[in-house]
Order: sequence, then structure tokens, then C-alpha cells
Amino acid sequence: MTSTTFKRFLPLGIFIVLVGFLAIGLTLNPREVPSPLINKPVPQFKLAVLSAPDQTIATQDLAGKVWLLNVWASWCVACRIEHPILVELAKTNQVPIYGLNYKDKSPAATAWLANFGNPYVASLVDGDGLVGIDLGVYGVPETFVVDKQGVIRYKHIGPVTPEALRETILPLVKKLSAS
Amino acid sequence: MKLLLIAFTLCLSFALHAKVASNTSADPVLEAKMMLIAEELRCLVCQNETIAASNAELAIDLKNQIRIKLNQGQSQKQILDFMVQRYGDFVLYRPPLKTTTVLLWLGPFTLLAMALLMLVSNVRRRRRSVLPSALSDADAAKARALLAVPPQN
Repeated sequence: MTSTTFKRFLPLGIFIVLVGFLAIGLTLNPREVPSPLINKPVPQFKLAVLSAPDQTIATQDLAGKVWLLNVWASWCVACRIEHPILVELAKTNQVPIYGLNYKDKSPAATAWLANFGNPYVASLVDGDGLVGIDLGVYGVPETFVVDKQGVIRYKHIGPVTPEALRETILPLVKKLSAS
Repeated sequence: MKLLLIAFTLCLSFALHAKVASNTSADPVLEAKMMLIAEELRCLVCQNETIAASNAELAIDLKNQIRIKLNQGQSQKQILDFMVQRYGDFVLYRPPLKTTTVLLWLGPFTLLAMALLMLVSNVRRRRRSVLPSALSDADAAKARALLAVPPQN
């Protein structure tokens, strides 16, 4: 290529690169901020169980198995969208789901579960949202995949979709359970 | 009816005001310190606002966390580190200079430098093409000869 044709096409080249960057930018979701907690241990907590407030569950009680932590609240509209998917998942017994009832009123939360079904082995009461802050929660619902060593391996922001479950979460659960 | 509506809106604005006021602590020094740190943090719910400017539920909770930590005697750096550990670098309103953010910080300056270089080379090239080339000795002699002969007619 001679230098004049190169020069002639240089602006077009720059434009195409720019369009490429912008096109990629359009497909990204600015709400999905990568969590710094991936591959870090689950924060230490000891929280009351929603259905039995005199009982508590602590981080170390959940060691030794792969589990999902689903952050939910009865005031959270998007949680209703994903809830049937979680209820279906719980029926298959593939992975235990623990709920983190985030900044909710326990009676409202209990009524909500009675209405829409309860996919959780247990829901932990995080009334003041402090464990939520430790988990870097900023948009309910959020779902974490935790491995046998208690390390967070994946975080899904927003309602869990059947695709996310099928293509990412369940294969990861299978892989982690096998190891 | 109109009067009622106005009265209602007034009440509403007072009610909202009361809610904001109840979220500030009594100590103005602590409050000022808290706001200084909150100005450095991004609200992840409303991404283009700082926590200081935002009234989102999460921003209020995080402001409370800052107050508690200040009362425990933690430094600004400790509190910012606490936030970054949970929410990542994105929570900082001024992103830190790291290997992953070099492009963000230096990219604009690199582009500026490239544009300046192109401008300089363009201007130079143009000046060269516009300036008349020096006459050779033969051409100069020819020109002198032409000028010396008065034009006919």
C-alpha cells in the first residue's frame, strides 16, 4: 500500500475502530459492576433464621458444600421475576439455596414466601443490611455461588434467568461439587 | 381544591425534609468529615452521583457506616479501603492509577499528543508546498533577460 492510499484511508480506519469500541460499549451493562469478592471467602456472618428467629446460621455452618446465596426482599419487585425460577431449581435438589433477606420486615418476608413459595433451605435475616454491605450488595436480587471451601466463585446481579442458570450457574455448581 | 393541593404539597415537602434531617448526626464536625469521605464515593445505585449527594437507601446506609467508623477512630484511607474491598474500584469517584486504569488516565493525553504531532507535520508539509522554490541561476538569468526587454505594443 502506498503512503497516499494509507493516508486517505486513515480517517476511515480510525472511525471503524471508534465504532467498534462504541458497539462493544453498547452491549455492556453499566449496572453490572464486577465484584471484588470473586475468589474471596464469604464474609463472616451470624444471622437469625427467618422461620426460626431463635436459631442462627453462621458462615462456618455452611462449609463443606456448594451452595447458592440469594439476596432477596419482599419489597424487591425484580425478586418476583426470578422467584419461580428459584422455586423450580429447589425442586430439582441440585444445589441448596440460602436466602439473605435484605433490609426487610420479617412478617412481610414470611408472608411473601407463603405467597410465592419458599425455595430456601433457610433465609437469613439481614434487617439492617450490614451483611449486605459486606457482600457488596447494591441491587437486589443478587446471587452468589459459594464453593466447598466457603469461597465466592460467581456473582449474578439482577434476576436469575433460565439462561444464566443453565449456561453459567449450574455448570459451575457441577464443576465445584465434583472437585 | 387548589388550596388543599398546595397545603398537601407543603406538608409533603416538610415531611421529606424531616426525613433528611433525621439522617444527619448531631455533631457538625463529624458530619463534615463524613461528607468529605462521602464525596469520594460513588453511589452504585445511582451511578453518576456521589454517596454524599444521593438519598438512595444504600447511600444512606453507607453514610451511616462512615459515621460509625469515624467514631471508632478510623482514618479516611481505612474507610475508603473498606468500601473498595466490598464494591471494587468503581466505588471511588476518582479512579486510582493502576495497570488496569492506565488507559483511562493516559489515553486522552496520548490522543492529544498524537493529534498535536499530526498537526505539526501537516503544517510543516503545507508550508513547504506553499513557499516558492528558489530559482535556479539559469531561470534567474532568463527572468532578468525577459524583464530587461520592454514588452512590445
